[in-house]
Amino acid sequence: MIDLGLDVSERDGWTILAVSGEVDVATAPRLREVLIDLVNKGQHRIVVDLGGVDFLDSTGLGVLVGALKRVRTHDGELALVCAEPRILKIFEITGLTKVFPMYRSADEAVAAE
Amino acid sequence: MKPSQPSDDWIGMTAVVELDIPARPEFLGLARLIATAAAAQEPVFSEDRLDDLRLAVSEVCTNAMEADLAAEELRSGRASRGMAGHIRVQCLVEGGRIEVEVRDEGTGFDPAGLLPDTEALHPRQTDSDRGLGIPLVRILTDEVDFRPGPDGTAVRMVLYAVSPATPSLP
Repeated sequence: MIDLGLDVSERDGWTILAVSGEVDVATAPRLREVLIDLVNKGQHRIVVDLGGVDFLDSTGLGVLVGALKRVRTHDGELALVCAEPRILKIFEITGLTKVFPMYRSADEAVAAE
Repeated sequence: MKPSQPSDDWIGMTAVVELDIPARPEFLGLARLIATAAAAQEPVFSEDRLDDLRLAVSEVCTNAMEADLAAEELRSGRASRGMAGHIRVQCLVEGGRIEVEVRDEGTGFDPAGLLPDTEALHPRQTDSDRGLGIPLVRILTDEVDFRPGPDGTAVRMVLYAVSPATPSLP
């Protein structure tokens, strides 16, 4: 089993999901499941902290885009925390930096809204 | 064995690394690891280029696994994890470049049917949660070609150690 860390916490009305490890077709279903579960429980203001992510491919991007759509149907918000250049680059070249609010730390994300 | 100093002799070497894995998600990390490690034998590859390679291999192998799964569903009427096909990853490292061929046992697809990259990666379009993989591969690699066939698709991609800056699309 490939390690994917998923740690949920609450702060100032936001649900913070800290992800660590590698997000690809093997692990993305678990990330998707947790995000769907949060939304179904009524948590519609979500920060996904990718600070501990070593690798992410388009399968992971797809899960995040899906979650964004899901929270938006509830007038919610989904922000990303990403400071690692190698992960940030994937959002840049796919143009997704224009789709997601992106912050360098969870503190910054929570304070910004 | 990796020399501590890059040398002309070493850069002139040719190495072939082959990997045959079951077409199952849990083996995807292994394909990334092996291809990246093969390229890293050439000390001229920067960390950035190795990152590009890692991502491109992940995208192509993910597609191969999905193609294999779809073919299996066609054959048996349902997916059976116990009967996964195989994916062959062949890496050729020479002269400051790596060529990776990924071959699946799927039914093939029509690359002409894909949106042009500028469309696929437009923010309007990326609001969709699929279809980002191949446009990404085109951006990350220096050369890529898709050869779909009735017995599977072969994707061949080339990355040079020294590449023009990665373009960012609007």
